[in-house]
Amino acid sequence: MSKLTREETESLIQEVLEVYPEKARKDRAKHLAVNDPSVEQSKKCITSNRKSLPGVMTIRGCAYAGSRGVVWGPVKDMIHISHGPVGCGQYSRAGRRNYYVGATGVNTFAEMNFTSDFQEKDIVFGGDKKLTKLIQEIEQLFPLHKGISVQSECPIGLIGDDIEAVSKKAAAELDKVVVPVRCEGFRGVSQSLGHHIANDALRDWVLGNRDGKTFESTPYDVTIIGDYNIGGDAWASRIFLEEMGLRVIAQWSGDGTIAEMENTPKAKLNLLHCYRSMNYISRHMEEKYGIPWMEYNFFGPTKIEESLRRIAGFFDDTIKEGAERVITKYKPMMEAVIAKYKPRLQGKRVMLYVGGLRPRHVIGAYEDLGMEVVGTGYEFAHGDDYDRTIKEMGDATLLYDDVTGFELEEFVKRIKPDLVGSGIKEKYIYQKMGIPFRQMHSWDYSGPYHGYDGFAIFARDMDMTLNNPCWGKQTPPWKVLKSDDALKAAA
Amino acid sequence: MANIMIRKTAEGGLSFYLPKRDLEDNIVSIEFDQTNKWGGELRLANGGTYYVDPLDAPPRLPISLRAKRVDAPE
Ligand code: SF4
Repeated sequence: MSKLTREETESLIQEVLEVYPEKARKDRAKHLAVNDPSVEQSKKCITSNRKSLPGVMTIRGCAYAGSRGVVWGPVKDMIHISHGPVGCGQYSRAGRRNYYVGATGVNTFAEMNFTSDFQEKDIVFGGDKKLTKLIQEIEQLFPLHKGISVQSECPIGLIGDDIEAVSKKAAAELDKVVVPVRCEGFRGVSQSLGHHIANDALRDWVLGNRDGKTFESTPYDVTIIGDYNIGGDAWASRIFLEEMGLRVIAQWSGDGTIAEMENTPKAKLNLLHCYRSMNYISRHMEEKYGIPWMEYNFFGPTKIEESLRRIAGFFDDTIKEGAERVITKYKPMMEAVIAKYKPRLQGKRVMLYVGGLRPRHVIGAYEDLGMEVVGTGYEFAHGDDYDRTIKEMGDATLLYDDVTGFELEEFVKRIKPDLVGSGIKEKYIYQKMGIPFRQMHSWDYSGPYHGYDGFAIFARDMDMTLNNPCWGKQTPPWKVLKSDDALKAAA
Repeated sequence: MANIMIRKTAEGGLSFYLPKRDLEDNIVSIEFDQTNKWGGELRLANGGTYYVDPLDAPPRLPISLRAKRVDAPE
């Protein structure tokens, strides 16, 4: 199908909105827009970070998911207690595939689920005693842990437990960090507030812990912030940052440790990948410690080169040369990848609906493969994310914020993209509609997708999905009209 | 009154960040920018105006301040 014009896209939005009752239609209309790259401020065309409409199917998570699942979860040598009933933690355990090195259950714990397993009596009488006991048990069973975070689930806020007091007391007893995090699921409109709360907890309970202590630093110390090492993403990024001469002193938080986080204020530059989930802490460090931060994008060679040169701009000539050296070194490899896959993917159209940074960051990688992103949207973005997205997207492409299950389906039916990239909840619907689909939250059990090595895997995966022979076999053989010849041959 | 943050942009100008409203914009003019007085009315690129109590000296940026909304476009 050819490209939709601005008018066609606008009428498509109107058509999809028609089924809603009037009030709902008015609300949803603000969240759907036709992109115009010349607009400076996204506020003029799209509303975001608002409460989801009751009655529609939204794909958002809760604040607890944003804190426990995204920000804190990957810190591998800490134990994160899902404080409250067992379900919140158990059903989200290890789902994000944040890779790490270490012996799980001995000195690393990211894949495990620790919970206070609230029962009725804990709700009635309060759970502070239970939490104290739980912390003691943890210390006994897992003495090599480096700290504990208490991630509140909904009931904790409702019954008014004083987790701060318990944490302070436990921290003094254990002589380890114990961080209370007030990330009850009902706070805010999506997981986004959970990121913010988690950042604030890091700021208040972790960041200043080593202030004034000596640290052997180099002029080239940087940190990777907002990379959760999904399928090994942070490793694939770190490898060539080090190759260009930088020293990565902390990973936030994929494969990260509490010691790294405490040392972060000693860095010279904070490299920020996921702006949405960790801009808060970066801004704080800029103010308190004077560490500049920079957003980068390591999806696809074009964006990597751009980012490497911008990163190098913060340093002296050795790093600038290092960046050029890295770019030249990987060029042949990237050209080979593009030569192999571009002819198979050229001109294909993609629709995305993800969270965090991906709806805009992966556009460059698709473009490197000759593909075009024709629609994109975020689960939990704010205005500043759309400000950054508008410029990346083509004219008259579709933007959708907190899209509902119904809307996305209708958009896909009409736009007929060659590939849809979204989450696991959408995956099987679109595959059954006969549309190639990639699960873009945890890279569909593949990855890494960041960096040079990641791009090779990204390209292979897209090809594997799009050009899979199964898409031509959607109609069962008995429904395919057989010609006479075929009938005779069969007889 | 709301918490805001003012920081230097890569281009050398000032940017205004109001987390509560997701507003990040360039400051086009600042009422007082002298060695002994800094702050006052801040005019943003989007047409809005905010007021911060003047400081005795230009601060080290970025800085978090309390600001009053004088006039905002929306
Ligand atoms: S909304 Fe509350 S109960 Fe539901 S998963 Fe989040 S923290 Fe748990």
